[in-house]
Amino acid sequence: MEWLDTFWSTYNTLIYTLGVHALLALSIWLTLSCGLLSMANAAFMGIGAYVAALLTLHFETPFPLVLAAAALVPAIVALIIAIPVLRLSGVYLAMATLAFGEVVRIVILNLDITGGPEGLNGIPQSTQGWHIALILAATIYGLFRMKRSRVGRALEAIREDEVAARLMGIDVDRHKLFVFTLGAVIAGIAGGLNAHFTFFISPREYGFENAVDILTMAVLGGTGTLIGPMLGSSILTLLPELLRFLNDYRGAVNGLILILVVLFLPKGLWDPQRFKGWFRPQTREGGVQ
Amino acid sequence: MSMLLSIQNLGKSFGGLHVLQDVNFEVPAGGIFGLIGPNGAGKTTVFNLVTGLLQPSAGSVHYQGCDLAGLAPHRITRLGIARTFQNIRIFKEMSLLENVMVGMHEHLTYGPLDILLNRRACREAEQKALERAHELLTWVRLDHKAHMEADNLSYGDQRKLEFARALATEPKLLLLDEPVAGMNPAEKEELMEEICNIRDRGYGIFLIEHDMRFVMGLCDRIAVLNFGKIIAEGTPDEIRAHPEVIEAYLGSEEEGETA
Repeated sequence: MEWLDTFWSTYNTLIYTLGVHALLALSIWLTLSCGLLSMANAAFMGIGAYVAALLTLHFETPFPLVLAAAALVPAIVALIIAIPVLRLSGVYLAMATLAFGEVVRIVILNLDITGGPEGLNGIPQSTQGWHIALILAATIYGLFRMKRSRVGRALEAIREDEVAARLMGIDVDRHKLFVFTLGAVIAGIAGGLNAHFTFFISPREYGFENAVDILTMAVLGGTGTLIGPMLGSSILTLLPELLRFLNDYRGAVNGLILILVVLFLPKGLWDPQRFKGWFRPQTREGGVQ
Repeated sequence: MSMLLSIQNLGKSFGGLHVLQDVNFEVPAGGIFGLIGPNGAGKTTVFNLVTGLLQPSAGSVHYQGCDLAGLAPHRITRLGIARTFQNIRIFKEMSLLENVMVGMHEHLTYGPLDILLNRRACREAEQKALERAHELLTWVRLDHKAHMEADNLSYGDQRKLEFARALATEPKLLLLDEPVAGMNPAEKEELMEEICNIRDRGYGIFLIEHDMRFVMGLCDRIAVLNFGKIIAEGTPDEIRAHPEVIEAYLGSEEEGETA
């Protein structure tokens, strides 16, 4: 099985990244599922990554505890900024959360303990493949169960019509706070895992561009199901590798593919409604009135 | 007769604009109570104040003796007041069943662990909710479309779905905001029947309408709102004969023929 060893040593970082990106896409899917356009996930990932790396480097904390802290600290930050930020909706929420992301990036950039612009070096590679697989599987399972419960229905109701949802007895604010915080937890864990296989982290990895990338993953795949964000994150992770032969132009082709998808498949690549249409080309029962 | 809802000296102004002034009336526990008035009289504002979407500038709303001041909309729904909207607000991308089950949110009491472990408490509650949703859809004769996406329903059926969804919150009082607005005569007839059916099942109904003929045939008691003030209250016959009501609706003598 020599080829397998070669394959693994060449591509293990890529495979780990697939898992981490899937977690990030799921974290933003959570907020999108109740109609919140929150762009803070890259910052939560950064907080998780730095908390985890610092605990490992300075205190030699056991890895499970490191990951727990990578989940807990972003959650606390999320709970605090949720108070002003979740009063907003639409573009205003996007702007406020992006601004929060910039604050986080600049704080990390200027603190001594975070290593400033040089970032943190020599983080031990504690992350194993099965760590990522297990956490991703648990996340998918938990979100799947949630989606099919009263909570999932409430989130969808909030996304479709907030006022109607309130008058159905749903505590809209509490649900928003819940998805915002849970999204931060997942992004934080993703950051903690990421820091422990890349060897090195720097503030550049958690800025505006990454916030947009995370959103793009979910939108590209489609936010109607859990499969969508994971499909989107996988494509966006693999695409640069597959387009390697284009050399300097691969970024441009990457962007072009995105534009085409958004133009022609506004609900994303994974859209069960569309698949149904393929098998039932006639008009739907009941028709359009 | 016991009173479900009691509105006292209720007032609402937006800036200098007095939308409601010194509104007083009571809605009894059974039967159908109608609030009528010309367009722009402030009827929907009354509903928004009762359901907590707006806070009153003056006066109070009591439901079964409980002051609703400062309560969030979802709390008021949980006390037993449900409503529908003039411009229908169903969840369009959900199936009819899911729409109705959203209304049961607060009555499904299973916890986070029950969800995660898919415990029996969760499965059984969901199963019961599903059965109840089918039952409510049967009440408004929509059960055969239970799995359809709500967006594909006709206008009249969407209204009926809103009724079923509101009933899913287990209310004692159902507020209907212009339930027949924009409906054709056949649909109006059908909705009137549905409203009577709901009343016969023991729910109190408080509806807003400006179609006089529709209200007169349906309501047990009527209050008339004009320019933010109650100008009359009584049985349909009393309202029909009330001079101020006739003036508000038909204009004064000279204009009468054009109305």
